[in-house]
Amino acid sequence: MMKSKADEEDYWNSSKFKAFTFDDEDDEFSTLKESKRTVNSIRCLVEEDDDKEEVEKVSWNGEPVSSNSWSVSETAASNQRAEREPAFPKINTVTISKSHSGYSLSSLFKGETDGKVSLTGSSVLMMSSCCDQDYVSDWSPEETVHRMQQGKVVSLEKFRSLQDKLLLLDSCVAAHDGNVITAVLIYLKRTLSKEVLFRELEPRQTALSHLIHYLTETRDQRLLLELLRYTCLTCFCFQLLQYKEHLSIADENKRRDFLKSCLSLPFSPEDSSHVQDHYTLMERQVIIETTDRRAERGEKVERALILNMPLITTLSYCCLYHYSESEGTFSSPLNIRQTFKISEKQFFVTALGARAKLKAWSDVDALFTSRNWLGFTRKKSPLGFQRVVDILQKNSAPTQVLQDYVALVDDAELRITLAQKHKCHDIVINTYRDLKDRQQLLGYRGKVERGSGEERKIDELLNNLQIRWKN
Amino acid sequence: MAAHLSYGRVNLNILREVARKDLREFLDKCAGSKAIVWDEYLTGPFGLIAQYSLLKEHEVEKMFTLKSGRVPPADVKNIIFFVRPRLELMDIIAENVFSEDKLQSSRDFHILFVPRRSVLCEQRLKEQGVLASFINIDEYILDLIPYDGDLLSMEYESAFRECYLENDQTSLYHTAKGLINLQALYGTIPQIYGKGECARHVANMMLRMKREFAGSQNQILPVFDTLLLLDRNVDLLTPLATQLTYEGLIDEIYGITNGYVKLPPEKFAQKKQGEASKDLPTEPKKLQLNSAEELYAEIRDKNFNAVGAALSKKAKIISAAFEGRHNAKTVGEIKQFVSQLPHMQAARSSLANHTSIAELIKDITTSEAFFDNLTVEQEFMTGVETDKVNPYIEDCIAQKDPLIKILRLVCMQSVCNNGLKQKVFDYYKREILQTYGYEHILTLNNLEKASLLKPQTSSRNNYPTIRKTLKLWLEDANEQNPNDISYVYSGYAPLSVRLTQVLARPGWRSIEEVLKMLPGPHFEERQQLPAGLHKKRQQGENRTTLVFFLGGVTYAEIAALRFLSQMEDSGMEYIIATTKLLNGTTWIKSLMDRPESQIS
Repeated sequence: MMKSKADEEDYWNSSKFKAFTFDDEDDEFSTLKESKRTVNSIRCLVEEDDDKEEVEKVSWNGEPVSSNSWSVSETAASNQRAEREPAFPKINTVTISKSHSGYSLSSLFKGETDGKVSLTGSSVLMMSSCCDQDYVSDWSPEETVHRMQQGKVVSLEKFRSLQDKLLLLDSCVAAHDGNVITAVLIYLKRTLSKEVLFRELEPRQTALSHLIHYLTETRDQRLLLELLRYTCLTCFCFQLLQYKEHLSIADENKRRDFLKSCLSLPFSPEDSSHVQDHYTLMERQVIIETTDRRAERGEKVERALILNMPLITTLSYCCLYHYSESEGTFSSPLNIRQTFKISEKQFFVTALGARAKLKAWSDVDALFTSRNWLGFTRKKSPLGFQRVVDILQKNSAPTQVLQDYVALVDDAELRITLAQKHKCHDIVINTYRDLKDRQQLLGYRGKVERGSGEERKIDELLNNLQIRWKN
Repeated sequence: MAAHLSYGRVNLNILREVARKDLREFLDKCAGSKAIVWDEYLTGPFGLIAQYSLLKEHEVEKMFTLKSGRVPPADVKNIIFFVRPRLELMDIIAENVFSEDKLQSSRDFHILFVPRRSVLCEQRLKEQGVLASFINIDEYILDLIPYDGDLLSMEYESAFRECYLENDQTSLYHTAKGLINLQALYGTIPQIYGKGECARHVANMMLRMKREFAGSQNQILPVFDTLLLLDRNVDLLTPLATQLTYEGLIDEIYGITNGYVKLPPEKFAQKKQGEASKDLPTEPKKLQLNSAEELYAEIRDKNFNAVGAALSKKAKIISAAFEGRHNAKTVGEIKQFVSQLPHMQAARSSLANHTSIAELIKDITTSEAFFDNLTVEQEFMTGVETDKVNPYIEDCIAQKDPLIKILRLVCMQSVCNNGLKQKVFDYYKREILQTYGYEHILTLNNLEKASLLKPQTSSRNNYPTIRKTLKLWLEDANEQNPNDISYVYSGYAPLSVRLTQVLARPGWRSIEEVLKMLPGPHFEERQQLPAGLHKKRQQGENRTTLVFFLGGVTYAEIAALRFLSQMEDSGMEYIIATTKLLNGTTWIKSLMDRPESQIS
């Protein structure tokens, strides 16, 4: 057992390169011998059953799928090693695709740019093959699709008229086999003018999606954009496909310019405003980043990068480094809030987090201060004070700061819990006093330090005869 | 080796054997010694079919993962690429082949496409000028992979996205082919029911494929009585909810991939006396999860709140068994005890593992965050204030919780309200884009296209009607000794499984109204059986239904179906098939346009 185990290790790991193992469910107990025996016995079983299984296979598949099929594999199969180009084959690429068959992408594109629709010659044979015995010219569209699904030899050449081609397209769409749909689309793209192809695809949404997918995969950006421009008149969602392109642009200036070019696309009204915001944000990030990098050279601490970061992250950055700027600058938090219509709550949370991080407690305090018309100041927050305490505590605010806000929590129960958690003794004591809860106060006496001011305060309260305790 | 596949009502091991046979045949086609270069994604699904011993039997001497550069040196005659039909992989293969030629070596190249060949890929190879270098280009049809004794999965992750976002129904074609294959092995399924657009397509394709081969009759006695095809978009709600079964929670928290889970190692460290903690393992602990493990089969479908009790009961039984040694007096008795030792040892280590996992999960389920999240989910499912901006979601966004968590909740609210009020919809959208980045406009758009997140179009919200008619919410669900499927979500009965249950009894005619409210057509088809193959049913014999979830299924739904199978009076056993096993997180992720950029 040990030996075979070692064998296996060797088998899997003997290469310096990363190999991997299947996870055998029973590596504890199986030995190579055993599995060998099992495999052999299975083979016997299978061979006995062979006939039956063969019948079954034929019944749904016509013939084994792996028998010679698309022309490509036939080329490959006949192309035994002896015939293989011994030299570095890169040089040959173009010639091969030109001479052998017409459906390599490069040649397809040549046809397109010429604007000619060629129907002649062997170059347009899709999936044709050398064994003509199997070739019958009058397959119906359904039969053709069916044969293609089985990987059999098919010529699409005979579908010459537009009507025939569309029938073929419709029947392959009805078969739901993306592989065949793609093959037919390649043929149509090859043999129809763009205008006709686009026009006919427009009402055929499934086929249209497949072509878009195909063009995206093959990075045929030019035709894709043309197609999108043509079809976007009727459907909003394709604009987003173009917008998506920005994700693959690494250079920030190019990215920004690309986003700008997207602004003119006919998005839906809501999307349009979001794309506009995206561009505005990116534009600002580039400006802020450039100015700050320049200014930063003297600084020791390096700031986090904000390029391509979300709006709220950018706002947080500006609250950290540009907090007191006047509303006129691009990097002023108030300006950002205005421009992007950030909700009060979001702005508040972000500013609070940033100022607390810098331990700028006076700024924190100012955030809450509002004056009513009589000139009194009071603390107001769009956020529950419990959350405020939470945020402050995460930024390790000292107890004297925390207790100001714990005291503002409305719910007495919650206030006590928070106060106990953050050791704001005064608040606990005062709340128990207000609740006239002598028992709890007595209990809390044990939790404060001996001889401390808190203990004295509790004792004073307990001895105060003015208070009517409820227990 | 895969005995657990054959214990169920239907012997799914047959399917596995066929897959293995196909694999052996392909390997033998490439005569001589070979090395396999793997598309790493495929190793998981293949692991469910074959172990390396099978490959080694057929002269596979080395295995590598596919990466750019050249194939590592190996003294073999054949290099075989096992790949999915993906263009980016073709480029890597081309690079591999080019580098090889430079070395003047004489190794033969082959490609095995899984699950199918693709015109696009072969074209790309041709473009790169390497197509002619391949002796064999073949496909390995791995449609339905046996996952467990009652579970088949295609492991086709993008099926939902392709069907509902990209308008590409190729996965349905694979499904139909897989089902035809299945019928070839297990007999024609006489009755087909379905609900949803995709279900309709699959049924149509199956019937057409069958017509096309009308010549050859299937002479196998049908194993399945009924096939039920269900579109995932008929029930968008269920996967969004947090699963509360043991297996469901493992998947929610750690993620189960191809039957394996990776867990944080700390809890699994062997504690030996006098050893310092410096040897704590750093590699995640990898465990296989299926019914081959007795204890796991017992507890996986329980509500998590019932798992603790089950584990302690098991612990008592095992320690009692070990105590048995004191009672063994005679030589015979001792011998018998010793013979049971390996089994007992295995049971003990299995118990130790699951106790550790349960502890890990409990840390999370007892946390405040988990509780708050669950409370909001349950409010939505019961229809509480689904038409307002939810303060919890708002807070989560402000705290920058993971985007997927936010999307799950917002989508759930939308689904339970039959779309959000325009104002609410716009508000969420703006908050999400501002906090997580404008590029997520693409993701939001996808979710809208899939009807998961949408503005309300009609004023009528029919979710309450659906909920009441199908009894989707049950107060005080019994988690310990369940009497209804709603235990899997502690109150919510998965809509998809309720539909399945009603179909069996009293039949869909009783819920016509509700069926009309759910998207897509519902239908019934019959397939003619040759004379003599009509089953003569014994009194009290259960019927078997194959439930196929097009677009994915959750572990909790599977648990609910297993619960129905085990109910004494249900008279129905269920086998489950799906395009992919999923949970809310993996599902939403598959619909995102830039999942990698979810900033925390």
